[in-house]
Amino acid sequence: MPEVQLVNVTKTFEKGKIVAVDNVSFRVQDKEYFSLIGPSGCGKTTLLRIVAGLVQPDEGEIRIENKLVNPIPPEDRSIGFVFQTYALFPHMNVWDNVTYGPRVKAWGNKERTRIGREMLEMVRLYERLDALPSELSGGMMQRVALARALAAGAKLLLLDEPLGALDAKIRFELRYELRKFVKDLGLTAIHVTHDQGEAMAISDRIAVMRKGKILQIGTPQELYMKPQHIFVAHFIGESNFLEGYITEVNKKGSVVKLRGRLTVHVSDKTKNKGERVVLMVRPETFKMEEGRKKRVNSMFGHIEKFRFEGTNIRYDVLLENEDRIAIVRPTLMGEWFNVGDRVTVSFSPNKSYIFTYPRKGLREELTLE
Amino acid sequence: MKVGERESGRKIDLGDSAFTKFLDSLSSKPIIRYMVYSCAVVSFFGLILIPPILGILLKWNTMGQIFENPDLMSRATTAIFSSFAIAIFVSLIDLAAGLPMAWFITRGRSRWLNVLDTFTDIPFVVPTVTLGYSLLLFWSGPEGVSSMFEGSLVSPGWLLIILLHFTFSFPVVVRVMVGGLLDYERTYEEAARTLGAAPLTADRTVTLPILKPALIASFVLAFARSISETGATMMVAGVFENGPVLINNLKTAGETGYEGALVFVSFILIAVSCLMFLVIRLLGTRLKIPLKKIRPAIERKLSGHKVVTLRNGVTLLIFLVLVLIPSLFVALPAIQAISDGTINQAITATGAWEGYWQSLVLSYFVGTIATILNVILGLPMAILIARRRIGTLSSTVLDVLVNVPMIVPSIALGISLSFFWKNFAFFPEIWLLILAHMSITYPYFVRSAASAVERISIDLEEAARTLGSRPFTVFRTIILPLTKYSLLAGAIMVFTRSISETGATLAVVTELQTVPVLLVSWVKPGSGMLPSEIGLGCGFLIVLSFIILLILRLVARGHQHA
Repeated sequence: MPEVQLVNVTKTFEKGKIVAVDNVSFRVQDKEYFSLIGPSGCGKTTLLRIVAGLVQPDEGEIRIENKLVNPIPPEDRSIGFVFQTYALFPHMNVWDNVTYGPRVKAWGNKERTRIGREMLEMVRLYERLDALPSELSGGMMQRVALARALAAGAKLLLLDEPLGALDAKIRFELRYELRKFVKDLGLTAIHVTHDQGEAMAISDRIAVMRKGKILQIGTPQELYMKPQHIFVAHFIGESNFLEGYITEVNKKGSVVKLRGRLTVHVSDKTKNKGERVVLMVRPETFKMEEGRKKRVNSMFGHIEKFRFEGTNIRYDVLLENEDRIAIVRPTLMGEWFNVGDRVTVSFSPNKSYIFTYPRKGLREELTLE
Repeated sequence: MKVGERESGRKIDLGDSAFTKFLDSLSSKPIIRYMVYSCAVVSFFGLILIPPILGILLKWNTMGQIFENPDLMSRATTAIFSSFAIAIFVSLIDLAAGLPMAWFITRGRSRWLNVLDTFTDIPFVVPTVTLGYSLLLFWSGPEGVSSMFEGSLVSPGWLLIILLHFTFSFPVVVRVMVGGLLDYERTYEEAARTLGAAPLTADRTVTLPILKPALIASFVLAFARSISETGATMMVAGVFENGPVLINNLKTAGETGYEGALVFVSFILIAVSCLMFLVIRLLGTRLKIPLKKIRPAIERKLSGHKVVTLRNGVTLLIFLVLVLIPSLFVALPAIQAISDGTINQAITATGAWEGYWQSLVLSYFVGTIATILNVILGLPMAILIARRRIGTLSSTVLDVLVNVPMIVPSIALGISLSFFWKNFAFFPEIWLLILAHMSITYPYFVRSAASAVERISIDLEEAARTLGSRPFTVFRTIILPLTKYSLLAGAIMVFTRSISETGATLAVVTELQTVPVLLVSWVKPGSGMLPSEIGLGCGFLIVLSFIILLILRLVARGHQHA
């Protein structure tokens, strides 16, 4: 039952000057596919290495299967770790790499052969068991790395950007394969990535990290539909941010005054009257019509740019109040607007979110660095 | 357009003189580049590689003499065998002791390790003759550890030679292995740990096999240093003879019929060394370190904190007792020299000291000239090798050949060089000395320069070319700034090696005396020199070497900041 629990874990580097992980606590359920995402340098890899025992935390507890593992070295934690660079031993062939774990644990010959064969067949590389890592493609190396991690008998799989070094197409295929292996074998997985699409497609739950802290943990749907932090809204999916303040809070929700005296209604009533806020609307939730129409939350403007992206068409609309928004419409809808067209855009009050205006400014709060 | 061109040109041009512009424009002519590179190759073959081979071939027919003299023959074969046996044995125990030391230095957390790292370099920069004298005093002189026993603890002979060679080869092994460990991608080790390997198991099955090139390189270097060393070995050899000592004894005896023996011994030493190097080079990559049976429980215990501490302690103790203290023991008579007034004689250059200072000046003069010539001739060669300018195969062949002067015993090389150059009677002895030193030190500069150039991505060069730099501008503005510290380090290495060199020097000179040669003659029984005097003579050399070590460290630090 590999359930993983972190309690108040902190790790600093260079004598406390760099805080990589800042008082983080969370729990990963048994057999859960859990992802840690965030921009580079947010501490997600350090956190994963702490779980593996490759890095010792300054403070805090790590529990695996309810057992405190802080003093236990990585080799005794029964984990499988897949490195971003795969770290396949260059002087060993595929077979020796995959059976390395059973070998150093001195399992019997029979058992070693059985599990090696099973794992290599699972990743469809049994025919290549004589090949050296340098003779394999990126996707094959990735599968060998996975087979090697699993052959050591791990029930907890830790993946550090496991698909990061692959071509886009292969990355897409391997995503689903990875999830299937984890689910078929009944493993618990913690997956580190900076690719939100990958995390959304693969995970049961996701933790979004920034600057060593976890901002929100939730299912992909929750993070997309109910972001609790403005950075999460920005990092997961796409967002338009418009600055304004609350002029009224009533039974139906709140009224927000944007630039140019434009007022809109939102269902959220958690903010106070007079509070400075940021309104967030996803580009794909806007409706767009030609000419000047009267709708709920309608805003007027003209098409500044458009890009055809295949499945979708993306428009940049310059509103009359000088705010700029991005709108994404499915190509199949059959709408077609041209640069310069005057349009009415509108959104439903329950498909928008308001956040308190960040103290350090909007740009600083959304930066990925 | 024109203004823009001129401005961008000014930014690249660091030394905007007419001369550099002239060189820049010359460098884009293929014929000029071709000439520079062929000069480097021709001078390598003409000055460094061919003369020793021809030298031996010219005297080939004298070799018959030794086959008519069975006594001499058996003396020669014993000496040659001893040379190789000692070199192999010493390199192996150096690896055994140096590897844990390198591990300790790179993996430990204490800031004192930096100091330790510097201390391991001491036997490397101190000329080997001073090490030889220091060890002689320490192990067998009445002033050293022998004072605790009746008679001398280790009398001059093969055991003292082994101790000496262990001492001066140790830093080479540590240096190479520290470099290897620092370059090593630790993810491999971490991967092994997450798969269930205890630290010792991970080191044994993953780290060491991946570090095999560094292991082989350090073995070759330690071997080459041991087989080549002459001056210090002569000091501690007593009546024992290895190859270089025998060559020197034969040469000093100067009896007729010995020339054949000289040719024979030199030829065998050179040929076997080259053969060994070639075999290691060809088979080394195929050599597998077998993954023997793993005993998790035992290996886990051996990875424990206590065992590691014990291992580090023993390593440190070996370093102190066998390397550091014996190396620095010569300071004792040197200090005594300061108190008993010897230093006054030395400074006023009275008596034997006049010769000492002359030798010192000669040594530094020869070292400087050899270094300058090697930098000029070696740099194009290094670029040729690093950038594979003349095809992969020929570049690899050059890369191997460049090492030859380093791996053959220097006295044998010197003997064959003198056979060759003595045909040109007008050739003054000082030039012979410089040529010999150039040959011996040539590989040190080319190797370090080539590896420095290799580390610079070719993309940078190509980027500079696409931005409009001519080849010489690329060299001036990209290669040189990025490699200058390594080049300087290589040049300093050439210089220290030249100061330290005795074998080739003894082989080529008849009248001139460099400092190490002079010190060897001082140590000989009957020279009438007191230990305090010899100690002081060594002391001056050591102080000068420390200054060089200091410069090297500062250079390295500058490199880190850059």
